[in-house]
Amino acid sequence: MDLFEYQARDLFEKHGVPVLAAAIATTADEAEAAAKKIGGKVVVKAQVKTGGRGKAGGVKLAEDAADAREKAGAILGMDIKGHIVRTVMIAAAAPIEAEYYLAILLDRSNRTFLVMASVSGGMDIEEVAHSAPEKLAKIPVSAVDGISAAKAKEIVSAANFPLDVADQVAEVLLKLWDVFQSEDATLVEVNPLVKTKDGKVIALDGKITLDDNAEFRQGDHAALVDHDATNELEAAAKAKDLNYVKLDGQVGIIGNGAGLVMSTLDVVAYAGKKHGGVLPANFLDIGGGASAQVMADGLSIILGDSDVKSVFVNVFGGITSCDAVATGIVQALELLGPKATKPIVVRLDGNNVIEGRAILAKAGHPLIEQVDTMDGAANRAAELAAL
Amino acid sequence: MAIFLDENSVVIVQGMTGSEGTKHTRRMLASGTKVVGGVTPGKGGQIVDIDGHQLPVFNTVAQAMSATGANTSVVFVPPKFAKAAVIDAIDSAMPLVVVITEGIPVHDSASFYAYSVSKGTTRIIGPNCPGLISPGKSNVGIIPADITGAGPIGLVSKSGTLTYQMMYELRDIGFSTAIGIGGDPVIGTTHIDALRAFQDDPDTKAIVMIGEIGGDAEERAAAFIAEYVTKPVVGYVAGFTAPEGKTMGHAGAIVSGSSGTAQGKKDALEAAGVKVGQTPSETAQLLREILGR
Repeated sequence: MDLFEYQARDLFEKHGVPVLAAAIATTADEAEAAAKKIGGKVVVKAQVKTGGRGKAGGVKLAEDAADAREKAGAILGMDIKGHIVRTVMIAAAAPIEAEYYLAILLDRSNRTFLVMASVSGGMDIEEVAHSAPEKLAKIPVSAVDGISAAKAKEIVSAANFPLDVADQVAEVLLKLWDVFQSEDATLVEVNPLVKTKDGKVIALDGKITLDDNAEFRQGDHAALVDHDATNELEAAAKAKDLNYVKLDGQVGIIGNGAGLVMSTLDVVAYAGKKHGGVLPANFLDIGGGASAQVMADGLSIILGDSDVKSVFVNVFGGITSCDAVATGIVQALELLGPKATKPIVVRLDGNNVIEGRAILAKAGHPLIEQVDTMDGAANRAAELAAL
Repeated sequence: MAIFLDENSVVIVQGMTGSEGTKHTRRMLASGTKVVGGVTPGKGGQIVDIDGHQLPVFNTVAQAMSATGANTSVVFVPPKFAKAAVIDAIDSAMPLVVVITEGIPVHDSASFYAYSVSKGTTRIIGPNCPGLISPGKSNVGIIPADITGAGPIGLVSKSGTLTYQMMYELRDIGFSTAIGIGGDPVIGTTHIDALRAFQDDPDTKAIVMIGEIGGDAEERAAAFIAEYVTKPVVGYVAGFTAPEGKTMGHAGAIVSGSSGTAQGKKDALEAAGVKVGQTPSETAQLLREILGR
């Protein structure tokens, strides 16, 4: 889960990373009140989970509370790369002398953690990384040893931080490691980390990605979920513990196992080229044990998607047997009754496939059509969606 | 021969007394795997009857190894306790640890992976993987044993069900070993590890490599194939239609920007001389052509 800037800022503060006073606002009135409380010049910042918001006009300096009200009014409701601004952060303004970059992240390729640090921080850090990679220090961090005070010093020195801020940056790095580790983050990034005119090092903007797998020991993280951004169908699926992602196409997909379902999407898109360019409407993995109830839940989500014109159920019976899956489909259609209105192409293979196919054939449901192969079934589902 | 797992594999099940552990211990025994006991901290001393097999339960992996001579462990422990279980196995120098558990926090898997590297005596497969099968010899994990038998194909895949699908497509030819390495961001055994082992295994004549979006494991594997693998390799990559920035079930199957895309992986594999199929069945067909069957 990616956090908003203000959520990252709050986690920084919780772990002692130096940040500026700030508050959030969802209306111009609230923005004015927040600016008044902070006092002096403030920065009004759009809260969107995408980059380039400064360049898009989503960050403005305000002279006073009245100005903050005006700027917030202009920024709230803006569309930044498809993200509607619903919240702004009002933060104290700081006189900046230098902008640095600091990040701790999971390095998948090397199966370890990595610190990236640069004295050339700010909006163009990606350009720096690309054109002057020597200005971005990359130092691996062992998942067992973490970042000690000595390691922090080593990193700060490797990145050539000026001596007058080195101790402060090392201290920030230690605290960022604390955020990274104790919050189960996979990314903690500060950009820019600034040196103010009075010599203080402060995290001015931050980005945090949290590991969803750690929910069981991070009870506080549930409160950070952005419910506004969650698609209605995705929310309904999550409530049923289904692994569902809404896409833009017309063929509803149900399958078992993430890899097979991803492959199913591809095969449908491939087949769709011959049928007016129809595409998969969703990703839905019902997992290994496809009970009747899970199948009913999955089918009802997909049939509730008005974009869906046909459904493709693609199951390889591994541990699950195909007869159980077939029974699930039949029972699901009974449960759904007249709500089920779209053609369903079913491809079953693997464990107990003969029994499974026989159950569907015997049920003789007018919406169900069986095709023996994955490619053939994808083609038929695409054809039905294009009708 | 086979890779990583064969008729000499003696297996203990960490988390055998849990519902998943019991269910799959039963299946592994039924497929002929030499399962000799289990480990559940606090339940040591118990004997569990699974289909007539009297299996002892131990508190630690070390105790289980010294009592049974086990050389392979399979982990069905829930995410919350998985790290402790794997660390226990590493501390006991268990040679092969297959972690089936899904949903382990990446800080935990990064930590036990780093620990295993520092000790240098344990190969980890997974986590979040279906395990591996050397048909007719041994089956560790959750791969169905009856899809196909022994044969000349080696298969390595991030995905469980795609592994089953590919084994099914090629069931008349058979496999030396089929291994699911898992789709998590940090895994113990990579495509490259499996490719190297298949290259060195005299019974493997051709290799199927299945990848999916996310990370750069397939690109690295492609470079390795170009350099080291002389046996024919066919590939398949899932996730061409996956949108950027959305997680598709596997924690690793997420595309960020232009890196880790299915097209990028396909291009890298083809540049290394790997024939890449557009669908699983087309991939199977490519392999048939290579083997002349």
